[in-house]
Amino acid sequence: MPPVFGVLFDGIAYGMLLFLLSVGLSVTLGMMNFVNLAHCSFAMVGGYVTVTLMNAFGWPFFATLPAAFIVAAAVSVVLERVFFRRFYRSSDLEQCLLTIGIVFISIAAAAYIYGTTNQPVQLPAYLHRSIDVAGLNLAVYRIVLIAIALAITALLVVTIEMTRFGAQVRAAVNNQRMARGLGINVDALFAITFALGSGLAGLGGALAIEIIGLDPSFALTYLIYVLIVVSVGGLGSIFGSFAAAMVLGVADVAGKYYVPAFGAFLIYLVMIVILMWRPTGLFGRR
Amino acid sequence: MTSATIAGQANPVQYLQAQNRWHWSEIAFWLATLLPFVLAPSYLVLASQIAITALFVLSLDLILGFSGIVSLGHAAYFGIGAYTAGLISKYGWGEPLTGLVAAAIAAGLFGYVTSFIVARFRHLALIMITLGIGLVLQEAANSAGWLTGGFDGLQGIHTWPLFGRIRFDLYGYTAYSYALAVLFLIFLIARRLIHSPFGLALRGIRENGLRMPAIGASVHAHIQTIYTIAAIIAGIAGALLAQTTETVSLEALGFQRSADVLVMLILGGTGRLYGGLIGAAVYMVARDQFSGINPQYWYFWIGLLLIAVVMLLPNGILGGLTLLARRMKVVS
Repeated sequence: MPPVFGVLFDGIAYGMLLFLLSVGLSVTLGMMNFVNLAHCSFAMVGGYVTVTLMNAFGWPFFATLPAAFIVAAAVSVVLERVFFRRFYRSSDLEQCLLTIGIVFISIAAAAYIYGTTNQPVQLPAYLHRSIDVAGLNLAVYRIVLIAIALAITALLVVTIEMTRFGAQVRAAVNNQRMARGLGINVDALFAITFALGSGLAGLGGALAIEIIGLDPSFALTYLIYVLIVVSVGGLGSIFGSFAAAMVLGVADVAGKYYVPAFGAFLIYLVMIVILMWRPTGLFGRR
Repeated sequence: MTSATIAGQANPVQYLQAQNRWHWSEIAFWLATLLPFVLAPSYLVLASQIAITALFVLSLDLILGFSGIVSLGHAAYFGIGAYTAGLISKYGWGEPLTGLVAAAIAAGLFGYVTSFIVARFRHLALIMITLGIGLVLQEAANSAGWLTGGFDGLQGIHTWPLFGRIRFDLYGYTAYSYALAVLFLIFLIARRLIHSPFGLALRGIRENGLRMPAIGASVHAHIQTIYTIAAIIAGIAGALLAQTTETVSLEALGFQRSADVLVMLILGGTGRLYGGLIGAAVYMVARDQFSGINPQYWYFWIGLLLIAVVMLLPNGILGGLTLLARRMKVVS
């Protein structure tokens, strides 16, 4: 087997991670046009919850994942109630500044509590192994990661497409004012979506530790990737985020493998070209 | 600037002339910039950095404050100016004034080229594209290590004496005088520009870009012009930094610098010319003071400051002061 399949596999696993990290932001941005740059701070919260529970309390890895989801969601609800809700009608710039302020504080807080070094986690041995599939050496952890991400994607699609809540979300993303006019409580809807999206980011942050590591700069470094996924995929589009995350994940891993000298150059260039071609993203409607 | 004052003066020429007149507080401000020579001679190096940063913030104010173009990649032009001036000096021509001109041309050219892209977009796409331009340039400078020195920075810059005789001293006398003079000259140009019909058209675009074509102003052409001008000014600021510190690092065109300059502008107040200058001074002095205590937690205070400014002082320090002055007037 040529290495191209291995690169593809790693790229897909990385793309799944990016999807978990960014899907919440895509939906909330599409609904309220609220530019939440602190989204990756919630992911970082999830990561640190997992690290703390595993290292200080001896929880098994899989038990910490729901905790990462819940704590990240809870933190986001508090911030939303205290800060964000006052800024829904402010300009893009003010929203950017408020949330980047929160990012800075979260970075300093993480550095203060945990130090600036990369956080180690000891995964169970069976996750460290790799198995051979058709001559290809696949890491078990990445398979698990892909499975979890796919399950969540399926759950999201079912929720959005088939439930009453999902219909309301779609209506609010499509036209917020019209949805209000029809009696949908968009503010409450947004609060729930925001919490769920941040929770998913927290879960993504916890799953990311093994793949990309966790240190205080996480909130800023991966913010750029998440923003690329969201803007290229199109606001409010789950499928768009999924496609963009896959493309970005594979392109990034392949780029680092085949043309390491270019670094992230290619990805930024591709993003600029796509946005010039379609300013609302590949699958965005507005 | 509000509609009330415009309505109060029916003749637009008179309105612009009134805006162009110098207020006593402006003269006081520029006299105060000379104070560091007398009061804090040991801080002249810091003062020169503040003057350079203030020039950079001024360039962002022209596009963000007056024309409503949010940019997260403005350091790209600063970095191009810095590397141009640095490279010219490294390869044998260290004359500072021509270095400034060369940097201005290089940054202006890149600004003109990118302005075609920038003028077409608004909102999130604009933020992402400016961010992307900045990141692409940073990656390019990092990869082109043979030219830029890569991660280690550009070494071996030597700036010749100003006008062939005034040397750049260790205490920053020359550096501050030089930076302050350039800042003042460009400020005069920017001030004239803002209080011209062109400046008024820019503010119109900021308030409502869709209606401006209806009164005969081309939005794209105006945005391209001001974006190029802002790029030139940013390039000059970068060149000043390269010449006075005699080194250029990748940090000159990094995302961090783009974010910092945005913070300074917001802190001071957008769309007010002096807002950026005051923001730069407050930010730089605060960073100098705080980083002495605990450098790694500096961003905690910046974050707190940002949230406080956005929540309590939406128009920045200068906006708050204006409000205060108006209230005092009403009371008295």
